[in-house]
Amino acid sequence: MSNEIIVEARRQTEICNACRYCEGYCSVFPAITRQRAFSDGDLTQLANLCHNCRGCYYACQYTEPHEFALNLPGILAEVRQDSWKEHAWPVGFGRAFDRAGTLIALVMVLSIAALFVLAQAVRPASGEGFYAYLSHGLLVAIFAPAFLAPLVVLMISLIRYWRTVGGKGLKWRHISGALASAGRMSNLSGGHGDGCNFEQEDRFSNARRWFHQATLYGFLLCFASTSAGTVLHYDFGLEAPYGLFSLPKLLGIPGGIMLCVGTAGLAWLKTKAERQLGAAAAWGGEMAFVLLLFFVSLTGLLLFAVSGSVAVQVMLPLHLGTVLTFFLLTPYSKMAHGFYRLAALVRDEQDK
Amino acid sequence: MSGSMQLAPDILIVGGGNAALCAAITAREAGASVTILECAPKTFRGGNSRHTRNFRCMHSGPQGVLTGAYDEEEYFSDLLKVTAGKTDEALARLVINQSEECYHWMGAHGVRFQPSLSGTLSLSRTNAFFLGGGKALVNAYYRTAEDLGVTVAYDTQVTHLQHDGSRIASVTATVDGETTTFMPRAVVVASGGFQADIDWLASAWGPAARNFLIRGTPYNRGVVLRDLLDQGIESVGDPTQCHAVAIDGRAPKYDGGIVTRLDCVPFSVVVNKDGNRFYNEGEDVWPKRYAIWGRLVAAQPDQVGYAIIDAKSLDLFMPSVFPPIVANSIEELGDRLGLPPDRLRQTVDTFNAACRPGTFHPTELDGLTTEGLDPPKTNWARPITEPPFYGYELRPGVTFTYLGLRVDRAAQVQAPEQAVENLWAAGEIMAGSILGQGYLAGFGMTIGTVFGRIAGKEAAAYVK
Repeated sequence: MSNEIIVEARRQTEICNACRYCEGYCSVFPAITRQRAFSDGDLTQLANLCHNCRGCYYACQYTEPHEFALNLPGILAEVRQDSWKEHAWPVGFGRAFDRAGTLIALVMVLSIAALFVLAQAVRPASGEGFYAYLSHGLLVAIFAPAFLAPLVVLMISLIRYWRTVGGKGLKWRHISGALASAGRMSNLSGGHGDGCNFEQEDRFSNARRWFHQATLYGFLLCFASTSAGTVLHYDFGLEAPYGLFSLPKLLGIPGGIMLCVGTAGLAWLKTKAERQLGAAAAWGGEMAFVLLLFFVSLTGLLLFAVSGSVAVQVMLPLHLGTVLTFFLLTPYSKMAHGFYRLAALVRDEQDK
Repeated sequence: MSGSMQLAPDILIVGGGNAALCAAITAREAGASVTILECAPKTFRGGNSRHTRNFRCMHSGPQGVLTGAYDEEEYFSDLLKVTAGKTDEALARLVINQSEECYHWMGAHGVRFQPSLSGTLSLSRTNAFFLGGGKALVNAYYRTAEDLGVTVAYDTQVTHLQHDGSRIASVTATVDGETTTFMPRAVVVASGGFQADIDWLASAWGPAARNFLIRGTPYNRGVVLRDLLDQGIESVGDPTQCHAVAIDGRAPKYDGGIVTRLDCVPFSVVVNKDGNRFYNEGEDVWPKRYAIWGRLVAAQPDQVGYAIIDAKSLDLFMPSVFPPIVANSIEELGDRLGLPPDRLRQTVDTFNAACRPGTFHPTELDGLTTEGLDPPKTNWARPITEPPFYGYELRPGVTFTYLGLRVDRAAQVQAPEQAVENLWAAGEIMAGSILGQGYLAGFGMTIGTVFGRIAGKEAAAYVK
C-alpha cells in the first residue's frame, strides 16, 4: 500500500469523524463514527465499503479551494485500487491493475484469434449449432479451467483481505445483510432514495444505480443461463442448440439485453463524471472493463441472432474470446470490485 | 458582468445563503423575475449556511426525522433562557409558529433530512438535521432556484444601496473591478453579519478581537449592513457583541466550521498561557457551557487557553480535527505547548490534591467536585495522573454578530420616519431582533428560512 495515499486517507477520515454531517448518505460514515483511530486495515475496509456515490463530496464544506482539501471519494478510490493490487494473488500479479486497459485489449485479441484458429483447424466431424465449429469437449477443456482457476485465485485474495480488515467468523445474518444491501444497491440510494451525485455534479440521480443493477442482474441471468445449459447437457442429455422457450434462452436473452443496456449506460455515465472523484489513473482500465462486458453481451446476442447462418463461424470466436478474456482477467480487473465490495459489506455487518 | 445580466429585475436579492435562497425561490414562484448577487465565488457560495447542520422546528408530534413534540411555549422559553429576555416576542413567536410549515416547504424544495447525528442525540426532538449538512441544503436551493429561472451572479459584491428617503432607487455592485448599477423594483438584503471584517470586530470589541478565529465564511464582511446603517436605517442588536465559542486554536483563521470544536473542557483542567486556571471547567454539561468559554478565553492574555487531560479521558468526547499534543509527563506537555512547565506542574498538582473520591459519570452532572480550590471544578473532577497526557490549544471562534437591521413582521426594513418602501431583510442581517444575546442551536436557520420566505413573498406582492 502506498504510504502517501494511506496517510492522506487517514487525514481526511479524521476530519470526517470530527464533522459527521454526511452520516446518512451511506455505510461508510457510520463505520467511521464507530472508531477514533484508523489503522491501515480500517482504511482498507472503509475504501472497499465506499460505492463512490460522491454525495459526501458535493455536500462537503471542506473541498478545495478550502485548505482542508477534502475529496473522500477520490482518496478512498485510490486506497481501494491499491488494496486490490496488494491483495492480488499470486503476489506481484496485482501490477496487472495498472495496465488493465492494455491487458484487456491484448488478452481479447489473443483469445479471439486462438478460438478462431481452433474453430478452423480442429473443426469437429459432426455437431449441431456452434458445436459444428468447436466440439463440446474442447470448449469444456478451455472454459472449465479458465472459469475455475480465476475464482480460486480470487478466493485466496479475499482470504488475505479478510485478514487485513480483521474479519471475524461468518454468520448467516452477516451474509444476508450484505446480500440485501448489494441486491438493492442501497449504498447508491443517497440515503434519501434520490440516488447519487455522479453524472451531473450535485444533482441526484438514480441512473447509475439502475444501470449497475441491470449489469449485475443481467450478468447473473447470463450466468444462470450457462448453468442451466450445463445441467441440461449433463443431467438430461439435452444438448445445445436450445430452442427459444428453453431455460438457457429464457434466462440468457433477457440477461444479455440487460447486460448490454447496463454496461452501455455505465460507460456513458463514466464519460460524464468527474474523474478526480475516483481513482483517476484507473479510469482507462475501468472503462475497458465496462466495454469488455458490453462486448460479451453484445456478441452473445449477435451470436444468437445469426444462429444457423455461416456468420456463426465469425461470431462464435468473437463471443467466446471476449468471455474467455473476462474470465481470465476477473481477479485483476474491475470485476474484482464486486467480490471485495461484498466482503466489505459482510465485514460491515459484523460491526453494526 | 455578463451581457445577459438583467440590470432591472423585479427583485434583486443581495446575498447567497439560506435566507437569500428562500426569498429568491418564494419570489420567483410568485411570478417575479429574480436575480441573486452573491459576493463569494461559486465554490464558497452560501455564506455561513454552508457550515450549518440543522433547523430548530416546532412540532406537535413525531414527524419525519423529528422525535416527540416541541410546542410553541417550550420553544419560546428555550429562547428566553439563552437570550435572557433580549428578544422581540412578536417576531420570535412568528418564527416559531412558522417553523413547522417550513420543514415541509424545505423538503418540497429539495432539502433532505437525516436522523440526529451520533453525539447529538439531545437534539433529536427539537432539531431536524440536513442530510449532508448546510452545503447540501444550499446546493439543493441553488438547483431549485436555477430550475425556476432565478439568475445567479457569483463574485459580485454589492457596495451600495441608494436610499432616496422612501425607497431604494438603485443598487451598485462590483465584479472583476467593474462597477454595475442595478435598477430593481424591490430589494431583499440577506447578506449576513460582519464577523469576517476583523477591523470592524476590533473596533467594536477591542484589539483582542484580532486574535479571534472566524468559524464561518470570510465573505460576511458586513459591507451592505454598514452601507445601510450609514444612511440612517434603523439598527437592532448590540453593535459591540459577537457570539464566540472556544475552538481548536490550530483552526484556520476563517471557515474552519464544525470540525474545529473541542468538547474536552469538562474533563480537563484549562489553563492560560501562564499555566494558571481561570474558571470552573465542570460548571455544567458542555452543550450548555461551550458558548461562555469563547468569552472566557478571549479575556485571557493573548486570547488563548490550554485544555489538559490524561489518558483516562481521551475517549470521552468527540474526536478533534487535529490530534492533541501528547507527552509522558506534565512538564514535557507544558514544554510542548509553550507553557511554563513548572507552573503547569504546580497547577495540576494543586488541582489533583483538591480532587475527592466519588463516582464519575461523564454524561451527567456527577457532583464530583474539588475541595478548597479556587476556582473550583464542580463536576467531573478527577486527578490528572495517568500518562500519556494530552493538551489542546483553545481560542475564541466567532460564529456570528448581533448587530443588524430593524424589520417588522413583514420583514420590511425600517428607516426612522417610515419603512423603506421596497426593501426587505432576512437572515443574520436582521436576526439580532430576535436573538439579541446567546445562541440556540439551529435557530439561525429557522429565522433565515421563515424571514427569507416572508421577504420573498412581500417583495413579490409589491412588484406585482
